[in-house]
Amino acid sequence: MKFKTTLLATTALTVAAVSAQAQDMADSMTLVSWGGAYQNSQQKAYVEPYLADNPDVTATWDESSAEAVAKLRAMNEAGNVTWDLVDVVASDAMRLCDEGLAMELDHDEILAPAPDGTDASDDFGDLIVSDCFIPQIVYSTTFGYRTDMVPEGVEPPSSVCDVFDLETYPGKRALQKRPIDNMEWALYCDGVAKDEIYDVLGTDEGVTRALAKLEGIKDEVVWWTAGAETPQLLADGEVFMGSTYNGRLFSAIAEQDQPIGMMWDMQSFDLDGWIIPADLPEDRLARVLDFLYFATDTQRLADQAAYISYGPARESSAPLVGEHAELGIAMGPHMPTDPANATNTHLYDYEWWADNRDDLDAKFQSWLVN
Amino acid sequence: MSDTTDTGPVLAADGTPLKRSLRRALRAQKLRALALIAPLLIFVLVTFIAPIADMLFRSVENQIVSNTLPNAVATLNDWDGTSDGLPGEDTFEALYYDMFLAAEAKRHTRVGSRLNYEESGISSMFRKSGRGVDDIGEDQIDALEDINDVWGDETFWFTMMSGPDGVAKANGILSAQRERLANLDQSSFAGEIGFAPSQQIADLLPRTVRAYTAFAVFTAIEDEDIVAEEEPWEAVKVALIEDLRSGIDLSGYDGPGAQELREAQQGLANQPAIDYKQGFIDITEDWANLDNWKTIKMYAPPFTTGYFLNAVDMQKTPEGFQPRPENEQIYGILFKRTLFMSLMITGSCILLAYPVAYLLANLPMRTSSLLMILVLLPFWTSLLVRTSAWKVMLQQQGVINDTLVWLGLVADEGRLVMINNQFGTIVAMTHILLPFMILPMYSVMSTIPPYYVRAARSLGATNWTSFWRVYFPQSVPGIGAGSILVFILAIGYYITPEIVGGTSGTFISNRIAYHISTSLNWGLAAALGSILLAAVLILYWAYDKIVGIDNVKLG
Repeated sequence: MKFKTTLLATTALTVAAVSAQAQDMADSMTLVSWGGAYQNSQQKAYVEPYLADNPDVTATWDESSAEAVAKLRAMNEAGNVTWDLVDVVASDAMRLCDEGLAMELDHDEILAPAPDGTDASDDFGDLIVSDCFIPQIVYSTTFGYRTDMVPEGVEPPSSVCDVFDLETYPGKRALQKRPIDNMEWALYCDGVAKDEIYDVLGTDEGVTRALAKLEGIKDEVVWWTAGAETPQLLADGEVFMGSTYNGRLFSAIAEQDQPIGMMWDMQSFDLDGWIIPADLPEDRLARVLDFLYFATDTQRLADQAAYISYGPARESSAPLVGEHAELGIAMGPHMPTDPANATNTHLYDYEWWADNRDDLDAKFQSWLVN
Repeated sequence: MSDTTDTGPVLAADGTPLKRSLRRALRAQKLRALALIAPLLIFVLVTFIAPIADMLFRSVENQIVSNTLPNAVATLNDWDGTSDGLPGEDTFEALYYDMFLAAEAKRHTRVGSRLNYEESGISSMFRKSGRGVDDIGEDQIDALEDINDVWGDETFWFTMMSGPDGVAKANGILSAQRERLANLDQSSFAGEIGFAPSQQIADLLPRTVRAYTAFAVFTAIEDEDIVAEEEPWEAVKVALIEDLRSGIDLSGYDGPGAQELREAQQGLANQPAIDYKQGFIDITEDWANLDNWKTIKMYAPPFTTGYFLNAVDMQKTPEGFQPRPENEQIYGILFKRTLFMSLMITGSCILLAYPVAYLLANLPMRTSSLLMILVLLPFWTSLLVRTSAWKVMLQQQGVINDTLVWLGLVADEGRLVMINNQFGTIVAMTHILLPFMILPMYSVMSTIPPYYVRAARSLGATNWTSFWRVYFPQSVPGIGAGSILVFILAIGYYITPEIVGGTSGTFISNRIAYHISTSLNWGLAAALGSILLAAVLILYWAYDKIVGIDNVKLG
């Protein structure tokens, strides 16, 4: 009799514990991402597997990453943040962290260690550029060109400076309508050493110099604001070469068979990852942390690379990168971090741009409209 | 012809004066009418008036600096912002306490972002200072704790600050710190915190009690911890060191911690003073940069004209308002361009819409219905689709250029540039806004009786005269209504110029969108929006003066 009571009590306790745990975690999540192929890679690599393990959880996507900073600020002011996890580029993560809109995290505490036991913060290393930021991928902004528009008798363009060389490579260019990257490339091609670019750009003369270099091609430039524009402009033959995200070029080349060539020279590395909005209710936060632990582990980040050619942010994921899920081609050589592609790269200085973005943007836009 | 002698007020049936009775009846009626439109009124207030008021407020609001750094800003009043010397040690000391609290509340980076709009580099200056501020006075704190390790003990602190049971409390300090934190964090710090400083210790150690009370309020309400169980912040210890070093007389004090305080005062006597200025400059050299301090002083008041000045390519300097350097001027050009292009679009809409509306109003019913569908069909199509379609039409490898090359009118190398410039924007926007011109014109024209023109003709007028002298003047109200509609829509247009405008065809609204969504400079966006609103209102007023708003008809 006593045994039975004990058994019953234990069962009751277990049930209570399980249901208490279930109550502690919300059963739905709103994830914010970029839409398109990138969001699809996230869906396939870790959202679907996570939902399969947790059948009573639902995940909703909101394709608002491009306006995430403004929307999150508006939600915060209204006191009703409906997002649980937001995918943003690193510079936006810094802004959100500065504005107090993103939660500060202890990476070692909430993220899985690498399979060999290395702490998460060491595994991600320098890529944790902000206390609020959990990096997922390394992508790069780089150039693609129409292989069939290369003038006869000329080598295809291989250096970023060919973009500024209208004599050898006549034709239109597509550049992003912002100073970031363009100013650095301009200075580099104007003869500034790579490690001095930001020192030079910090002076008025440096800005004038960069804009003067860009002035040389200004009449031939189509300025883009959305990453999808350049592949479209290249596909239409509207431009000869253009900058965009390497994953967009990969999909135009490998998936759509467009006559486009990659130029990896001076590719500008950037990061994309998650932030958790500040002040989430406890149950939602618990759910998000549970999901994050799973979604940012070594295997999941490596899986994501099977759907899109962006490099996993964990060092331990790199050896696990396999083949494209549909095309069956090895993804390694298409990663921006592949040694063959990364012979000459440009490292974007987040802190510097956070300080100087407003000022340089005013100058850049003023130059554009005049 | 009444022979009544009563000169008093006319009375209603129930004996009350008729006037009052009437007023009461009317008031009831008015209230009922108001109740009927109340939902609409509230809707308009909430969705229309309130956002505009909020925008106007944001364009001048600047409380964040004085809320985050109240003490430092107060000391800056005595600093002559035009001189060449840095602010004094008192400013840096005040800054230390402000920065410490702001960093605890994680508000320091916000004020950094705010000031970075005015002076590049302030953002990282604040970010670094938030991280490094607790290193200031490190050596002295170590010395204090070496003298007696009770200074690292939370219970000791709590007892000393609270005083013995039943002692008089310094509630003024408590509520002042609550208010200070509420301003800083923009949230309420009301509620029980389980601590109140004793009046006796507050008189003895004013700085320490202020700092400890701020710590207590923050710990209890924001961190939801128990004050007595948390070790005080470095800032509290620094405050104590300053209090003790200021030469206070402890001999009369016999409350908790009296012995330890005396001991500490003696022990700290030969410690060097805390050098706040050097401490901040050690965190980042930027604190030694005079421009940063001038910016802080300039943007310290709770309201600023800075955003509006920026919106008209001016800036605040210690020498007064000055134009921005030429290579940063942009808004003047954009405002002019926006007005010019909106006028061009309105003009081309009038030219294109007039014949269409005329046909619509004068063709037989069947044909005009068909035509009406042709007008409305694009109107029902998504704006983005129409804009993108223009891209396909106008681009260099697009339909029009291909046709022209095929016809031999244009050489293959000399394809026309019709997009990513003003031309493309005007074409696309004219097309998109055309229905807004056609429909008011049509509704006015369909009310013009056809026999006026017939009468004019029968009296010998030519076709032209009968149109120009008889028909056209009657259709002017339609043109007016359409023009106002199209112009006001055009001036605030955003998506089409963004897609087809390139660099020469963008509007001011594209910059507003940039400041809302990318740079997060909402104050500047609000100022630009307010100027745009004012421009529309002025034009509307001018239109009313010249044409007369009574002449506008929508049907």
